[in-house]
Amino acid sequence: MAIAKKDLLSLSDLSVDEIQEIFAVAREMKTVIAGEDKKHPVLRGRSVINLFYENSTRTRSSFEIAGKYLGADVVNISASSSSVTKGESLKDTAKTIDRLAPDVIIMRHGASGAHEVLAQNVKARVINAGDGAHQHPTQALLDMFTITEKKGSLEGLKIAIVGDILHSRVARSDVWGFRALGADVTLCAPPTLMPSHAADLGVTVTYDMNEAVKDADVIVMLRIQLERQKAGMFPSVREYAAFYCLTEERLALAKPDCLVMHPGPINRGIEISGEIADGVQSVIDEQVENGLAVRMALLSMMGGYQNDVN
Amino acid sequence: MMLIKNGLIVDPSQGLHEVQDIFVADGMIQKIGKDLVVEGAEIVDASGMIVMPGAVDMHVHLREPGDEHKETILTGVQAAIHGGFTSVACMPNTNPVADHEAVIESIMFKASKYGLADVYPIAAITKNLAGEEITEMGLLKRTGAVAFSDDGKTVQHTGVLRRAMDYSKMANALLISHCEDKELLGSGVMNEGIVSTELGLAGIPNEVEDLIIARDLAMAKLTGCRVHIAHVSTAGGVELVAKAKADGVKVTAETTPHHLLLTDEAVRGYDTNTKVNPPLRKEEDRLAVFEGLKKGIIDCVATDHAPHAQQEKEVEYAYAANGVVGLETAVPLIWTNFVKKGLLNEEEFVTIMSRRPAEILQIDKGTLQAGKMADILILNPDQEKTVEPQKFYSKGKNTPFGGMKLTGWPEMVIKAGKMVYRDEKLV
Repeated sequence: MAIAKKDLLSLSDLSVDEIQEIFAVAREMKTVIAGEDKKHPVLRGRSVINLFYENSTRTRSSFEIAGKYLGADVVNISASSSSVTKGESLKDTAKTIDRLAPDVIIMRHGASGAHEVLAQNVKARVINAGDGAHQHPTQALLDMFTITEKKGSLEGLKIAIVGDILHSRVARSDVWGFRALGADVTLCAPPTLMPSHAADLGVTVTYDMNEAVKDADVIVMLRIQLERQKAGMFPSVREYAAFYCLTEERLALAKPDCLVMHPGPINRGIEISGEIADGVQSVIDEQVENGLAVRMALLSMMGGYQNDVN
Repeated sequence: MMLIKNGLIVDPSQGLHEVQDIFVADGMIQKIGKDLVVEGAEIVDASGMIVMPGAVDMHVHLREPGDEHKETILTGVQAAIHGGFTSVACMPNTNPVADHEAVIESIMFKASKYGLADVYPIAAITKNLAGEEITEMGLLKRTGAVAFSDDGKTVQHTGVLRRAMDYSKMANALLISHCEDKELLGSGVMNEGIVSTELGLAGIPNEVEDLIIARDLAMAKLTGCRVHIAHVSTAGGVELVAKAKADGVKVTAETTPHHLLLTDEAVRGYDTNTKVNPPLRKEEDRLAVFEGLKKGIIDCVATDHAPHAQQEKEVEYAYAANGVVGLETAVPLIWTNFVKKGLLNEEEFVTIMSRRPAEILQIDKGTLQAGKMADILILNPDQEKTVEPQKFYSKGKNTPFGGMKLTGWPEMVIKAGKMVYRDEKLV
């Protein structure tokens, strides 16, 4: 099965059926990854460009390895953060890269909506690896896949997302995906790090972490960027940790089999205690592995010969 | 000599709404009446057309001097005439800033050479728009500045504003206020709401505008100066202006076609031609702004014509320049969406597009009375045409209205008695 839309800019570009199909393919990819010969060359002769305007270790290497295991040629381009006044415009970069004839361009960019500019100027299919505070669809896919593997489905689950919701593209993609698969979502952050109209997203909003994690089936912790403190968004790291760190006491309020997730990289002792990150309820490491499987699935469905759109 | 025959003349300045003829000679309106006959006059057939005073836009950016890649005075006045505007007032955020007589003189001199729209420069309130020292308002006004504004820079220090407002009375000057609390604005790029939340773009709450409207109205009351609130976009702003007017504050206000017609929903898809300042608001604000216009709380429509080069808009949303062009779409947009739909009558249309802005600027325009300069817009009320940005005379093609089918386009434009636009081109 192919993906109907040319580009994956927002998780809502996928139908629920397509998401389930991605999960089915991802399960196959997990056996490939676990095998001795990891080459599964369905993308031989195809090329994938990783265009990263922001630093990224895990997402970029995950996409790179995914492409290589599938037999595609993968090129990484690190661009310094675009600015209007210096350097090449995104439009011109897009047009230039497109003439290298890639089949898929994967981009991360600091500005929300930047992928619209890219997609309008290239023939290649575009996958969003994160844009500003807007979307990070493959992170949401791997989160949903991980929960599905552990819990069977998301239907009726209570999922808490805790941390800097305001600046989080992961939260925006997760909210859409979790709800589309039937989960109840609670968002929790200090009020200064919560979008003004978060409740209109169809979620429960609370500033009280104890309330957020109570009886939760899944807790997704988000990384707090320490620069936010310097910008005056919260008074101190100490105070943040006191109210929004996932501690043993708080985790005890959730269901006993509650999963603990984090897109990484984690700040141990700030938003999550080291013991919990390493503990039995944590699936943080599995998220990384599932991320690779999901991205292989997605690339095989968006980049292969049999799956061309147009 | 020109005789405009059989048009429906709509001129609220003399309570006229009737099919009559207009005789124009020596650049002036000589006579209005039924079945006029003048030997040797060129006959202009205006049957089925609306004949009104040329539209007046009291808020445009002509970009010259300094940003000629965006617009020049020439392309700006060509765009004005193409859009039915025979008078425009241009904001001082040029380079150098219009804070000195020399810049005002240069703008007026260039504009006068073209014989297209009249250009009325607005001078800065503070030197270099820095918000610190007030400009030579007396000399600037004497040179030709029709009003004073720091526009998008907004005088942030209330003490400086008080001095400017007090001093402006010496020259009976009009201050135009773009109301924006820069500190509260922060990094905001669109209206704060569910759309900004979903798009992950930093939001601008209505209070960024409302707080400064409230401040400026309070200061206008204290000082007794004349203040005009630019591009009101919020329900709260309309309420504040209404209350100030009831309190006797010398305040007038404008809004724009885009704030009357679009909401933040238009930002979905990240089209940077929806990035304007103040931002496109919620539907309830849009409705309140229109209600305010209908009731006369908001006096007029101004376009905030803000041309930008393609490369300044074809970028990531947060990096894109603020503003849209408006001169070449405002007349048909307002006609189609409000007059055609019966929400405004023809008198109200002429009042908000021509008469009121002329009154606010205290310029002798917005009227077809005998003895006045013959600046006339002949508008075709029914013919439908599509907005084609590539055909704009303006260098700026940055409009969110491209492709829209509209009626009420200018058919002919007469400036100082001369036919300057007909058959879809400048003469």
